[in-house]
Amino acid sequence: MRIPCPFCGLRDGVEFSYQGDANRTRPDPVSVDQTVWNDHVFNRVNTRGVHREFWLHNHGCRAHLVVERNTVTHEIVSVALARQFVLERKP
Amino acid sequence: MAEYSAWQLLKHAFTGNTGWKEAWRKPEPKPAYEVVIVGGGGHGLSTAYYLAKEFGIRNVAVVDKGVLGQGNVGRNTQAIRSNYLLPENQHFYELSMDLWEGLSQELNYNVMFSQRGVLNIAHHPAQLDQFARRGNAMRLNGIDAELYTRADVARALPGIDMSPTARFPIHGGFMQKSAGVARHDAVAWGYARAADRLGVDLIENAEVLEFIKDGDRVAGVRTTRGEIRASKVAVAVAGSTSEVMRRAGIDRLPIESHVLQAFVTESLKPVIHTVATYGGGHLYFSQTDKGSILFGGDIDGYNSWAQRGNLPVVEDVMAEMVTLFPGLARVRLLRSWGGIMDMSMDGSPIITAGPLPGMYLNTGWCYGGFKAIPGSGLCFAHTIAKDEPHRLSAPFTLDRFQRAYAIDDKGQGPTPKWH
Amino acid sequence: MMRLSQGGRIDRSKTLHFTFDGKAFTGHPGDTLASALAANGVRLFGRSFKYHRRRGLLGAGIEEPNALVTVIDNGVREPNLPATLVELKDGLIAESQNRWPSLGFDMGAVNQLGAKVFGAGFYYKTFFGPFRSTRVWHFFEHFIRRAAGLGAAGDVPDPARYERINAFCDMLVIGGGGAGLAAALDAAKAGKRVIVCDLAPVFGGRMNWTGETEKRDALLAALDATGNARLLPRTMVWGHYDGNTFAAIENVASHRQSLPGEPRHRHWVIRAGAVVLATGATERPLVFPGNDRPGVMLANSMLRMAAEFGVAPGETFGMFTNNDSAYHAAAALAAFGPRCVLIVDLRRSVSAEMRAIAIRLKAELRTGHAVVGTTGSAGLNGVHVAPVDAECHVTGTEKLFAVHALGMSGGWNPLIGLAAQQGQKPGFDDTLQAFMPPALPAEWRTVGAVAGVGLPAPAPVLMVRPKKPLDKAFIDFQHDVTDTDIDLAHREGFIAVEHLKRYTTLGMATDQGRTSNVAGIARMAELLGKTVGETGTTRFRAPFSGVSLGSIAAERFGHIMPNRLTPMQDWHTANGGDTYAAGLWHRPMAYLKPGETLEQAYVREAKAVRQAAGLVDVSTLGKILVQGPDAAEFLDRVYTNMMSTLPVMKARYGLMLREDGLLFDDGTAWRLAEDEFLVTTTTANAGKVMEHLEFFLDCIWPDLGCVVTSVTDHWGGMALAGPKARDILSTCVTGAAVDNAALPHMGIVHGVIAGVKVMVARLSFSGERAYEIYAPSGHAQRVWDAVMAAGAALGLVPYGLEALGTLRVEKGHVTGAEIDGRTTADDLGLGGMLSKKKPFIGSAMAYREGLVRDGRLQLVGLKSLDGRALNGGAHVVENAAPQEPAESLGHVTAACFSPAVNAYVGLALVRDGRKRIGQNAFLADPLRGIHMPVAIVSPHMIDPDGSRMHG
Repeated sequence: MRIPCPFCGLRDGVEFSYQGDANRTRPDPVSVDQTVWNDHVFNRVNTRGVHREFWLHNHGCRAHLVVERNTVTHEIVSVALARQFVLERKP
Repeated sequence: MAEYSAWQLLKHAFTGNTGWKEAWRKPEPKPAYEVVIVGGGGHGLSTAYYLAKEFGIRNVAVVDKGVLGQGNVGRNTQAIRSNYLLPENQHFYELSMDLWEGLSQELNYNVMFSQRGVLNIAHHPAQLDQFARRGNAMRLNGIDAELYTRADVARALPGIDMSPTARFPIHGGFMQKSAGVARHDAVAWGYARAADRLGVDLIENAEVLEFIKDGDRVAGVRTTRGEIRASKVAVAVAGSTSEVMRRAGIDRLPIESHVLQAFVTESLKPVIHTVATYGGGHLYFSQTDKGSILFGGDIDGYNSWAQRGNLPVVEDVMAEMVTLFPGLARVRLLRSWGGIMDMSMDGSPIITAGPLPGMYLNTGWCYGGFKAIPGSGLCFAHTIAKDEPHRLSAPFTLDRFQRAYAIDDKGQGPTPKWH
Repeated sequence: MMRLSQGGRIDRSKTLHFTFDGKAFTGHPGDTLASALAANGVRLFGRSFKYHRRRGLLGAGIEEPNALVTVIDNGVREPNLPATLVELKDGLIAESQNRWPSLGFDMGAVNQLGAKVFGAGFYYKTFFGPFRSTRVWHFFEHFIRRAAGLGAAGDVPDPARYERINAFCDMLVIGGGGAGLAAALDAAKAGKRVIVCDLAPVFGGRMNWTGETEKRDALLAALDATGNARLLPRTMVWGHYDGNTFAAIENVASHRQSLPGEPRHRHWVIRAGAVVLATGATERPLVFPGNDRPGVMLANSMLRMAAEFGVAPGETFGMFTNNDSAYHAAAALAAFGPRCVLIVDLRRSVSAEMRAIAIRLKAELRTGHAVVGTTGSAGLNGVHVAPVDAECHVTGTEKLFAVHALGMSGGWNPLIGLAAQQGQKPGFDDTLQAFMPPALPAEWRTVGAVAGVGLPAPAPVLMVRPKKPLDKAFIDFQHDVTDTDIDLAHREGFIAVEHLKRYTTLGMATDQGRTSNVAGIARMAELLGKTVGETGTTRFRAPFSGVSLGSIAAERFGHIMPNRLTPMQDWHTANGGDTYAAGLWHRPMAYLKPGETLEQAYVREAKAVRQAAGLVDVSTLGKILVQGPDAAEFLDRVYTNMMSTLPVMKARYGLMLREDGLLFDDGTAWRLAEDEFLVTTTTANAGKVMEHLEFFLDCIWPDLGCVVTSVTDHWGGMALAGPKARDILSTCVTGAAVDNAALPHMGIVHGVIAGVKVMVARLSFSGERAYEIYAPSGHAQRVWDAVMAAGAALGLVPYGLEALGTLRVEKGHVTGAEIDGRTTADDLGLGGMLSKKKPFIGSAMAYREGLVRDGRLQLVGLKSLDGRALNGGAHVVENAAPQEPAESLGHVTAACFSPAVNAYVGLALVRDGRKRIGQNAFLADPLRGIHMPVAIVSPHMIDPDGSRMHG
């Protein structure tokens, strides 16, 4: 697998570490609604197909990326910087 | 008289081997069954068998999107053990160990359970202490375990690098002698045939497209071979759990599907006589009766439904193998493959009624499901038949995550790639 | 077989000596082991897997299933090599396999008598006995294991070096035959960087044995002239991974004497832009009784042996075919001298062109006929031929023809493996009777024979069926799969290709089904009344063909993981440090004096720390710089306790939880400035904590003005602890006051030691008055030396991990043994550190039902009551006598001899442990046969009010 890092270019997958499902948004930190927290911490959509996920370029620039990747073909569909993605997602 | 035996082999040999029956029938699906089990792998087939055998429920169908035994039951590294740390896991896997010991006779099918022992190699005094904690816990729960000295390890694994200058010198080990391996395909086929002979319909090439509901209640499945109604629908589809459950309207589960690769060398005369693991990295290996070394390591570490992995793990696993056995460096890798693992959030399985009325779920085996097939089937059948959990599978609920009763043998928390 | 006087690429002017099964032979440079043995008249190369049948050469290349040998190189064994791929070198030692006592007389051949019993999957039906036990199986398994297996591996460590290389190219051409070279030339001319790999020592593929070597040389010269092509001979591309990443193995030196420093093999990882698959095709055998007799070979392999290696099959040969390629091979082979006396063709009619070839060769042509049996004891000397109908049923009487060799051609299989490794399904071409490459991505192309170009159209794949066969007809030669095995699989319902493969082992041999799959699948298709295409094929998997484990391990063979060394590593080993690998780090357990045991050494060291002072290397602790206007806010969110209230130049102990509310890590945060903190982590969790912090900054709170930087390797660290620590520090540090007022517990100062700028924080893991001194890594040894010198007169000793552990156990400080991923802060007596004033990572889930219930394991101290040592991993029980099973109340997490308590003590996690303090219990360690009484005590075994460290 090769992932095009916005900073470092097309790099081998071995340089990155998978950081999980990027479809989740963290609940309000002051909330103690256990159903909401349980869903966030323990549940996953686990898409068969194009899946949005975080990757850390840990042997490169150490930026987190939001990668859309097909979990059946491993094809990388899109890559964005996580910071930018998260800032834009926020209302 | 038993259908399979040495005598029968001789008898059939004299009649040109034309008298053997189909291992299992290829029936047309009936419109309705008492129980439909989705997933014709090890867990689905053993569940069907125990439903018929132990609970008298024979009006059962197992449906599979392909042919039987083509998921993880046919692509694992065959190890069978109960050397877990936590008591819930120990008791649960020991139930399977007990069933394994009589399984060939029970099924009248040689599953080749070979109790050649599973040896975890330790490379540091602290690592040996951790194994001791596990082994003592097992002993106190009535399960066999022993500590191995360096010399014991050298005796058990001739050719292993015992050098004190190795990167991770061998310090000792932890052995469960009753553990071992079984022939994976034989387990699937043995359960399939035994279930078939008890009247269970095994329906291949019937993919579940959606679940039929009566109100809230799941009342059957619509498959590529037509509608099949059932009072109870059980799902045991391992790596495909999330996708199958989505067809029942369940969108999110504590499961991630990951790819695990496995490897086999060309056939060799016997050189490795036990199952063993390398404590300096992540590697497990044994040698099949046909002579191939069967081995594997870590999951690739990302969500995947591809049944194939990537090169870095291949390189890791080969490096670990030859680090332990520098005399095997010129042995050749014959084949690699991948399976989709239903990685749960605490590394332990889920066996439960629900999450919808009329539905039962068996999942979360991570990459240790093969050894659990007998116990899982028995407990899941119990859950389905009696609508209450078996005593030994009672801790493995779906709500344990929210309630903070996780069964986390590795202590890694809700990050599946670390389990 | 015999050596021709001329022809081929062997150098007859030079002689090479080698042995096979201890017997001496000679050959020539350019020979393979197979061709050299054949030239010496050897016909018997091996024994089959199950029936131990006598087997000769079937092929001439990678497809060879029969002639497997073990090559022994300075005692290192390399089993299962096809002799057709072993390039001959002087002094080569090779052995045959899977035979006892000898290849010529093999006791295992007795298995043939039981062949009717030993059909497909027979072992599933027997060997287990009627009674619940695994004993019967264990008994039989013992013998089965010894009988199974091909070659024997050895235990002499391989001294060879292997190497890995990364390569990038615009186009990767896999296969350097005519089609591959032409594609490479086009691309290279257009300025593309091209890599061309070929299995063989010489490029050209078929051109090497079809008389086109001049064309080959012209292509190669033109390619060379472009300057854009890199040609890798003896290189097998074996794996296709995501992102057009290919794994290939180059045989650098195993075919000759290696040069100093040269790797034996090179593991190539090639990232390609475009891919040209030019892997060619291999010929298939025909399935007829006796088709495995030595002397029966693939038709074009027979030609290859003559054209490439100057080895003729014998004075006369016959051909048995279902397609035209055997005619061309016969004609080409006859040009080298041997006479073609017979061509048997399953087809009723053949073209005028083929008839003309037969006439020209003066060969008897039998169309609509089949070879229905073979004769000969040492090797083939004749074939029985009979007429057959369109379904290959024998319809007439047999006639015996004398031939010395028989070439067979059952059609061709394109080598599509690499194109299908990603899981795409190959389709079946009814004209070529072959599985073809699946639909491929746009940047892939297939050229030449793998795309079907130039392949003959054979008759449908059918096996020859006499009414009463004289012998077995083999489909899978190596695994002895015959037509009756396929029939049995069908009868028993193992009809899906995956079931067929697993039940019969069809295609699972070292040739990976290249010679067997199509015939086996075709037989099943026939039984099912389906087409071969409908029946399908099994999934193709890496590797394309066998690759040695050491080659893939490459440089990591013997160097499995990098070593992380602290700046003081050399000092430790020079001063008796007994170092152990812990993760990637190497750390001294203790500094052994001559004659000391480890326990004596660590007890001495721990005692010295409590009485005077000790110095320990703590460079391995994770160190993370947290900077920015929101640094304090960020740390408030990640630590359970408040960090924003920490004054500048003060440190604070902190806990981190996971999101699920369980303990994650502990460490200290040092506030170096309003907007700058240095955070320390445990050694084991350094990487994980860094990723955790980065994750939250990038993915959860990108709005925070804060950055984190790992500085673990930038700072060497040492902890100076003990009542004399301040005295020692004050004599060596300048530029900072270190008295209790200037540097109280948890204070930080900047100073200079031995000319090196250092940071000193007064922190204590040992429970003593203690200082962590951080110096830039490159100067840390200098600082260490200065501190040691300053303490020499005051009794300062270096101490290792064991003493460090002892000091912390006495004090009840926790580490990874207690923060094991299952414990809460409260379990370890640290519940008070969970702030109620603010949310933090894990706060929402930290008080869930299961985390606050009664009966959780809690941290306690243990003290031996009978003077025996506590063992790590022992369990706490109530039963006074050893008993199994017994109820475990918990387990020992750490144990040592405490000089301060003057007893063996430990820490343990015990169910409702805090309520049990003051009670006695027992330690059960059945693994080591120890059962002993212990007292459950407070984990804070010394100085519970902290006066020593605060003083």
